[in-house]
Amino acid sequence: MSDYNFAYLDEQTKRMIRRAILKGLAIPGYQVPFASREMPMPYGWGTGGVQVTAACLTPDDTLKVIDQGADDTTNAVSIRRFFEKTAAVAVTQSTKRASVIQTRHRIPEEPLSEDQILVYQVPIPEPLRFLEPRETETRKMHALEEYGLMHVKLFEDISQHGQIATAYAYPVMVEGRYVMDPSPIPRFDNPKMEMAAIQLFGAGREQRIYAIPPYTQVVSLDFEDYPFEASKAEGACALCGADHTYLDEVIVDDDGGRMFVCSDTDYCESRRQAGHLGVEGTPYRKDAA
Amino acid sequence: MTPLLDVQTLSKNYGQRIGCKDVSFDLYPGEVMGIVGESGSGKSTLLNCLAGHLEPDHGKVLFDTKTDGLKDTVTMSEPERRMLGRTDWAFVHQHARDGLRMSVSAGGNVGERLMAVGARHYGDIRAQATDWLGRVEIREDRIDDRPTAFSGGMQQRLQIARNLVTGPRLVFMDEPTGGLDVSVQARLLDMIRELVRDLGLSAIIVTHDLAVVRLLADRLMVMKDGHVVETGLTDQVLDDPQHSYSQLLVSSVLQV
Repeated sequence: MSDYNFAYLDEQTKRMIRRAILKGLAIPGYQVPFASREMPMPYGWGTGGVQVTAACLTPDDTLKVIDQGADDTTNAVSIRRFFEKTAAVAVTQSTKRASVIQTRHRIPEEPLSEDQILVYQVPIPEPLRFLEPRETETRKMHALEEYGLMHVKLFEDISQHGQIATAYAYPVMVEGRYVMDPSPIPRFDNPKMEMAAIQLFGAGREQRIYAIPPYTQVVSLDFEDYPFEASKAEGACALCGADHTYLDEVIVDDDGGRMFVCSDTDYCESRRQAGHLGVEGTPYRKDAA
Repeated sequence: MTPLLDVQTLSKNYGQRIGCKDVSFDLYPGEVMGIVGESGSGKSTLLNCLAGHLEPDHGKVLFDTKTDGLKDTVTMSEPERRMLGRTDWAFVHQHARDGLRMSVSAGGNVGERLMAVGARHYGDIRAQATDWLGRVEIREDRIDDRPTAFSGGMQQRLQIARNLVTGPRLVFMDEPTGGLDVSVQARLLDMIRELVRDLGLSAIIVTHDLAVVRLLADRLMVMKDGHVVETGLTDQVLDDPQHSYSQLLVSSVLQV
């Protein structure tokens, strides 16, 4: 037994956060202010996501933490250890077995089910931030559904690049009412947001929580003549051969050599386990690192 | 004939100080009204109250809306008033920087109002933006440049294009030629006059430059210390001012 209260935060704080989460679920896409606490990690490392996860966890939960799709990067490992230490919950790398998944910048490739919760870490919750600097004004724009400005950004993209160049944090309209920043997930993941699981978004520094209930309509904004496209790098994963997943580009030498691999490490591994093999992959061995 | 704008006993105080007091007038479609007076006479306060940027303490501003006819814009709901602000009304600021988005290209600036009222076809929006840039004499190849790369006169013309693109019926202008040199002023005035005539716009122009109202305005209102001291046809007020302050104002203009 550790000396921490279950999941680090005290019970009153967790109640406060749960109230914000419930309000967020009741008004999909609306940014609910909450009294964000200091967490034992710097802002920008997922303090919002960690607080939401702490408020959702029960002792029976199984937690998975991913960072850019990977289970084994610094951010993911330290948050996973944090909850192992403070909540003593079971942890896993498998998307299927997890009941709570905290994520930074990705949605797992494996479709999520109704008994799962996906928690996003959000750096900047306000989609209109860089278009309209006044927070009083953006709140009013949300309240009055004045979202023309959001399209100005996409318009600028097309006139500068010939296409909508926004590749991540691509703005979405939730249930026909609120325009929402889906956190910096690649736009490849945007269509997945209409899912069976509950999606919660926590922004610690900005003190905002918002949510998408299961099976909620999430539409990526676009123009009639420049429709939204869920783009990804051309090619297939070099390890598992998948051509339908979001790929990371990895530089392998100093002569311009590169390879593409699945950004979702768990998905890639389970495919190799099932016998799929990419051009540079080796057959799956259980004891391999 | 119903007036486009019917202002009744409009007053605005800043604490003990008077912003403007008991201003009443009518504005009919196609008419251009000039408001002149020295700095601090309440011209801008009045204009901001009319355009819904400031809440007046007293009085009514009735606007002839397309759906409901004459309606008080002071008491109407905020969404409705803001909707008017981007459809039937236009506001040209003295400093183009206040009215433009400086980090967005000229095309995006003109297109913003179209997108704000629901346009979602890139090709159409861009075509309209190009058309309007042409009408305010900005070359087509500047459409992707930001306003920061424009001269003062071009910025002002861009601001006008951005405001007129949704076909407003009433344009508020706050010192539209302030801060521009005389030759640029002359061309801008020429252009505004042409647009106002072509589109049949109504306009309220606040200025301290009597030459501007001489060229543009049909009627004139002279303000001093928050009060309207004289109204009448422009030529009548400028050529035969009755009030001592109007006489002072007219005689203060330097003759070249």
